[in-house]
Amino acid sequence: MSVEPQSPLISIRNVSKFFDQFQALKDVDLDVASGEKVVVCGPSGSGKSTLIRCINQLEKHEQGSIVVDGVELTNSKVSLNAIRSKVGMVFQQFNLFPHLTVMDNLTLGPMRTKGFTKQQAEEMAMKYLERVRIPEQAQKYPRQLSGGQQQRVAIARSLCMEPAIMLFDEPTSALDPEMINEVLEVMTELAHSGMTMICVTHEMGFARRVADKMVFMDHGKIVEMSKPEKFFTNPDSKRCQDFLQQILQH
Amino acid sequence: MKLPSMTVPYKPALLFAAIALLLSGCSSDWGWYVVNPTTKTGMTNLSFLFSGLYYTILLSVTAIVISVIVGLLITLPGLSKNPMLRGINRVYVEIVRAVPILVMILWVYYGLPQVADISITVFWAGVLALALSDSAFEAEIFRAGIQSIDKGQYEAAHSISLSYTDTMRFVILPQAIKRILPALGNQLVYMLKMSSLVSVIGMQELTRKANELVVTEYRPLEIYTILVLEYLVLILIVSAGVRWLERRMNKDDNS
Repeated sequence: MSVEPQSPLISIRNVSKFFDQFQALKDVDLDVASGEKVVVCGPSGSGKSTLIRCINQLEKHEQGSIVVDGVELTNSKVSLNAIRSKVGMVFQQFNLFPHLTVMDNLTLGPMRTKGFTKQQAEEMAMKYLERVRIPEQAQKYPRQLSGGQQQRVAIARSLCMEPAIMLFDEPTSALDPEMINEVLEVMTELAHSGMTMICVTHEMGFARRVADKMVFMDHGKIVEMSKPEKFFTNPDSKRCQDFLQQILQH
Repeated sequence: MKLPSMTVPYKPALLFAAIALLLSGCSSDWGWYVVNPTTKTGMTNLSFLFSGLYYTILLSVTAIVISVIVGLLITLPGLSKNPMLRGINRVYVEIVRAVPILVMILWVYYGLPQVADISITVFWAGVLALALSDSAFEAEIFRAGIQSIDKGQYEAAHSISLSYTDTMRFVILPQAIKRILPALGNQLVYMLKMSSLVSVIGMQELTRKANELVVTEYRPLEIYTILVLEYLVLILIVSAGVRWLERRMNKDDNS
């Protein structure tokens, strides 16, 4: 089902990032082709979240270059705005706007940044709410929904910006176990529709199903990068083998 | 729809009135006749005292509205990453907080017209002085309220490309205002009390009226007791309103 990789949509070269003395990313290189699905895993503190947060400039990288869809991310406002609308992001904690209805959560971005009328924005919002299978919740507030439903709203909110790339930062880690599947199903469908995706997740079943490329990070470095078939059966590094053993045991 | 129940704290007010009446019975020195509503003079005096209510309320409400606006304008640079902008906020807050309100009133009324070459009425001098003094406190309240909003809200706004202004207007401030409102209510109580100081420049509010009546009637005990009761009732009503608002906000959050 996966789309054959073409020219890189995201190109990350020698990227380093520091939080004061602590080096969160060390010389990271990564290419993501249009339509490609990359799953990033690794122990906590390994820099996975920092890496994808650099791609939509929630964090600024200090060294190296990140090019997204032909635009280099410098710290200028111009590149920031050019990139933000192309890159959607789904957070671990959903980060829905609690004072707005589901519908208003979805229409705010398109109306304020893309010049959509209320009607146009609402039509699009309904389209994506149907896609994440909760159109009937449109008029509710986030707190009235379950965690799984909230995360699906968050995915729909990102999709309403019609991004070229979707970033997922541990989207199921804050969910009760019985709600993880409904979110993963939506993400799998999205993957099959040809969206370019980078997912930080420990859901290895999902990774096996959708990933074109697996990335294992440790101490700010990419330690292992391979096709899922190889990654899960015969990883090169000892560190990655240990990690997989830990995570696949339960 | 059920009307929101508003608990008026009538018990302390009743207690106070009872003590006053008791004392009046115990001592022949009390002369309640000056404010006895059944006599013509008493009624005239009473309505003279109450006539200050209009300016006390108008002054306080106008001042709080202005101080909220000024406070917000002072808060925003304080949230910036730029140390220069943060510095402006700090300096303003520190200086304004250090000036006693009474001194501020005197300076705005007597000093400002000369410095700025303008003429200013007693009312606007009072409003300006109270609003400036309070704006520093408002700024701190706003800052705390805005900083209590989760970082994830900014990040989500960033990820759907909202500008800084839109992030503040549609995402952060609507949430922060809910947390700020009860504190603002308390500032209104504070403002009502501080408005009595504006009597020194001749503002015809509650305290000034009482002072003027004392000068003609020589009955400070009774007249100032009425004054105390006036503020007490006014502020108990506002406090009850604030508590009602707090309960409503909490209910919103839990539903």
